[in-house]
Amino acid sequence: MILRYTLKERIVHWVAGFVYVYLLLTGLAFYTPKLYWLAVALGGGTTSREWHPWAGLVFVAATVFMYRMWAADMRITDADREWSRAIGRYVRNEDAHLPPVGRYNAGQKYFFWLMFLGGALLLISGVAMWFTASIPWSLRWLRHAAVLVHVSAGLATIGGFIIHVYMGTAVVRGGFTSIVRGEVSEEWARTHHRMWKR
Amino acid sequence: MAGNTLELKRISASAAPPPGIRETPVLAKYIDTTTCIGCKACEVACQQWNDLPPETTVQIGTYQTMPDMTANFWNLIRFSEYEDEGGFHWFMRKDQCMHCGDPGCLKACPAPGAIVQYVNGIVDFQQDQCIGCGYCMAGCPFNIPKLSSKTKTVYKCTLCVDRVAVGLEPACIKACPTGCLQFGTKAQLLEIAAKRVGQLREGGFKEAGIYDPPGVGGTSVVTVLAHADRPEIYGLPANPSIPLAVSFWKAPLKWLGNIAMIGGIVGTAIHYLRYGAKHAEGHTEGPAERPPESRAS
Ligand code: HEM
Ligand code: SF4
Ligand code: SF4
Repeated sequence: MILRYTLKERIVHWVAGFVYVYLLLTGLAFYTPKLYWLAVALGGGTTSREWHPWAGLVFVAATVFMYRMWAADMRITDADREWSRAIGRYVRNEDAHLPPVGRYNAGQKYFFWLMFLGGALLLISGVAMWFTASIPWSLRWLRHAAVLVHVSAGLATIGGFIIHVYMGTAVVRGGFTSIVRGEVSEEWARTHHRMWKR
Repeated sequence: MAGNTLELKRISASAAPPPGIRETPVLAKYIDTTTCIGCKACEVACQQWNDLPPETTVQIGTYQTMPDMTANFWNLIRFSEYEDEGGFHWFMRKDQCMHCGDPGCLKACPAPGAIVQYVNGIVDFQQDQCIGCGYCMAGCPFNIPKLSSKTKTVYKCTLCVDRVAVGLEPACIKACPTGCLQFGTKAQLLEIAAKRVGQLREGGFKEAGIYDPPGVGGTSVVTVLAHADRPEIYGLPANPSIPLAVSFWKAPLKWLGNIAMIGGIVGTAIHYLRYGAKHAEGHTEGPAERPPESRAS
């Protein structure tokens, strides 16, 4: 077996993961009245409103850790651009006809940067929404811009999140185990990340 | 907020209630800025009736009680000085929630039932449903809702819904000594206002008029201005409407997001049914192990 994720990497990933899901559920409760029951189930509207921003800060902290652990592995290279052009084959599970990839494929890298940039935008706009009452009336465009940015960035990360969870659990078998237990088989590494441990 | 039996017209974050069959006139308050003497009796009456704690006054260089309304102070006479070709003007305008026909606060609110509009036009916050998110403060075009740091909920003028529901006039109107404040159906008050505007025009105020902005569906506050061509000099926005960002957020952006999220879930499900999982070389997990290319498509 090969070690793919250290204990620290796994802890940081799951802190981010659980906190993100909480943010997603409470955020969606405010986003549409049809899902307001999510806030009720999670302790009530007032509690959800109170905790969502604090959970956001934890999420951003975890994202900063991930940046420090993984940013070097996430650099987009020419090989990634080539891989991206052939992404249709990856989608159709014709992996044998793709350029070999390192620790992360281009899709994973783009997801990382989507969450990183999305997290930054969510933080800035989220803080503005947290303290709407303190934004002077003459700068009210900030109140308006904050909700639009927060919702748009939230939706973008949700799109990435759906694909991330689907790929990691249903499609790339063994991926989920690797982020839970840390290890992958040699066959797994050779199939999905041929250039990683060479 | 007041528990009462008035019929509802709109409820925040909820499907619209069924239209009543009873015809209910829209009620309003009439504010004649040209006969207001700035005595602040309405401010006191509001504090007293609503049992609000005393707020410290803040000197801003005019007679105005404080710079802006607060969660504990819902009715403020705004004093402003203004100079133009016509000479020097001293304006006094009673400021409070405008009780919009199409309230931006209610549109923005995510909490079901935290903001309601009664069929008589009164827009009221229900603090027991409010989650304190402050969205209404982004939705209101008049800068009215105020967040209480103590209760973490939002407050504003209720148009004395608790008095109106039992047939009394609002406290501010009851207290006004000059008759510049009146209460009644909006139709009646618009007639009175038109008469007053006529008088003002005869008296030389050629631009006198009624402030009842259509951009927010009209308001349940009918304001007479001597210079209705320039409402800004009274601190009123010229053409208020629900902020475009709020309308965009609550409709197209929400549909787009819903389609994208449902599309994402359905898309991944279809992908799985069509292509299934990727398997590592040399794994033996049973029949699913056939190379993907050889699968029936
Ligand atoms: C990064 C730090 C974050 C901060 C400071 C923050 C803050 C806020 C605040 C203050 C609100 C208003 C409701 C409330 O007060 O609870 C809100 C709403 C929301 N948040 Fe966040 N948030 C953050 C991260 C996230 C993340 C990661 C998501 C992921 C999906 C998210 C999704 C949402 C959504 C969907 C809404 C509702 C928007 C609407 O009402 O249409 N937020 N956020
Ligand atoms: S602060 Fe209260 S009333 Fe205002 S939008 Fe939020 S839940 Fe609604
Ligand atoms: S003035 Fe503001 S708070 Fe009052 S009804 Fe209109 S939008 Fe709501």
